[in-house]
Amino acid sequence: MSNKFGFDISPSRTIDFDKFDNQILQYVLQHESSFMTCMSCGGCTATCSAGNLIDFNIRKMSLGLRRGKPESLAAEIDKCMLCGKCILVCPRGINIRNVVMLIKKALVKFNPKNDERNN
Amino acid sequence: MKHIVTIGGGIAGIEASDVLAEMGYKVTLVEKEKSLGGNVSKWSYLFPNMRPIGEIEDYMKSKYDSNRFTVIKNTEVNQIKRKKDKLEVSAGDELKLIADSVIVATGFEVFDAKRKEEYGYKIYDNVITSVDLENMLKNGKNITTPTGKIPKKIAFIHCVGSRDEKSGNHYCSKLCCVTSVKQAIEMNEILPDAEIYCLYIDLRMYGLEFEELYLKAQKQHNIQFIRGKLSEAAENMDKTILIKAEDTLSGYPIKMNVDLVVLLVGMESGKNTQQIGKCANLSFNSNRFLQPVDPHLARNNSSQAGIFLAGTCSSPMSVKETLDNARSAAVEVHKYLMNSDH
Repeated sequence: MSNKFGFDISPSRTIDFDKFDNQILQYVLQHESSFMTCMSCGGCTATCSAGNLIDFNIRKMSLGLRRGKPESLAAEIDKCMLCGKCILVCPRGINIRNVVMLIKKALVKFNPKNDERNN
Repeated sequence: MKHIVTIGGGIAGIEASDVLAEMGYKVTLVEKEKSLGGNVSKWSYLFPNMRPIGEIEDYMKSKYDSNRFTVIKNTEVNQIKRKKDKLEVSAGDELKLIADSVIVATGFEVFDAKRKEEYGYKIYDNVITSVDLENMLKNGKNITTPTGKIPKKIAFIHCVGSRDEKSGNHYCSKLCCVTSVKQAIEMNEILPDAEIYCLYIDLRMYGLEFEELYLKAQKQHNIQFIRGKLSEAAENMDKTILIKAEDTLSGYPIKMNVDLVVLLVGMESGKNTQQIGKCANLSFNSNRFLQPVDPHLARNNSSQAGIFLAGTCSSPMSVKETLDNARSAAVEVHKYLMNSDH
């Protein structure tokens, strides 16, 4: 991008529901419809083996996907160790490990723009 | 004279029976336990105004001491059969009651917290339920943990067995949130130096004065509210309990060691409700409570003509709602008997 004037405009932080990038979300829901029933209780994150050691919040990552903000998915999803403890505590009975696997598949399938990987 | 049999002698059964008796009907109340009162006798003080439960018990006692209706205790109903226009209620070994109408007021059972094994109830000494705490409060103001310590840090855990696929209960038991806030305030009054936390998923202060109680807990009682579901509890060497949750509002996993964990257990449809419902061929909803024929317009009508529902056999209810519901059941019975030819 040209930067003639020595400054730039920060991108808006607003989640624009009119430009909802739901390609990955739809793919996940098609194969694991229970994903939509999350009530953000945080049980998964509290028990998460990875999240207790590194900066990884599976609840926030999933919420980002449901809000059409999949930008950081690719970087985040690889932090999951697939241990499945989150499935044991989830009060909605969501197969979270399957959600993670579906996101991985969708990332390959749709190859969305990804800031981290492109930069 | 028309005869009504009420099954269950908790506050719903007593109230409905008394209203019908005052209307001039002959009423027989059958209770399986040796005394009347049901679950209410387990509580200490009622939200939102901290009313001592003794006042409710005295009110109930004045009803059944009036002898306006007959009480049969220590007797379990085991069959309801339709005999032409009448209903035949079999109870105990050989009791048979012929009724024109039956009220099912079999109430609820408290969720068995042992089913949430990861929370450690009956495994770790210092994990108790909200019902255990009510019992402690009933027995005086000396609060110590089961291992004999004056608690300095207490955590209230919401939604234990409610809104939980793993417990088989999808519904919100709706009274636990306000009970937690009430008990947190009581703990602060007794132990002003203790740190008190409530871990919730959503705070459902549905009643008119419940939100004010929540505000009071924040303003005057220094109760701290954390939005996150408990994932697991573990016992330390010194018998304190390590709890883990996510503070979902800040997005960080949290852990804390507390002296006492209080599990807010919800209301479930009990064994008696199941048994009576099945033998009388009544409809159940997906949460195993008895299903009224219309959730708005006929909340007391069961799926069988002449059999009516009163109180918590059809859904979780507060004391106030239970009494309202029981009175409306009495009116529905009266309307049914007025309009029937038999």
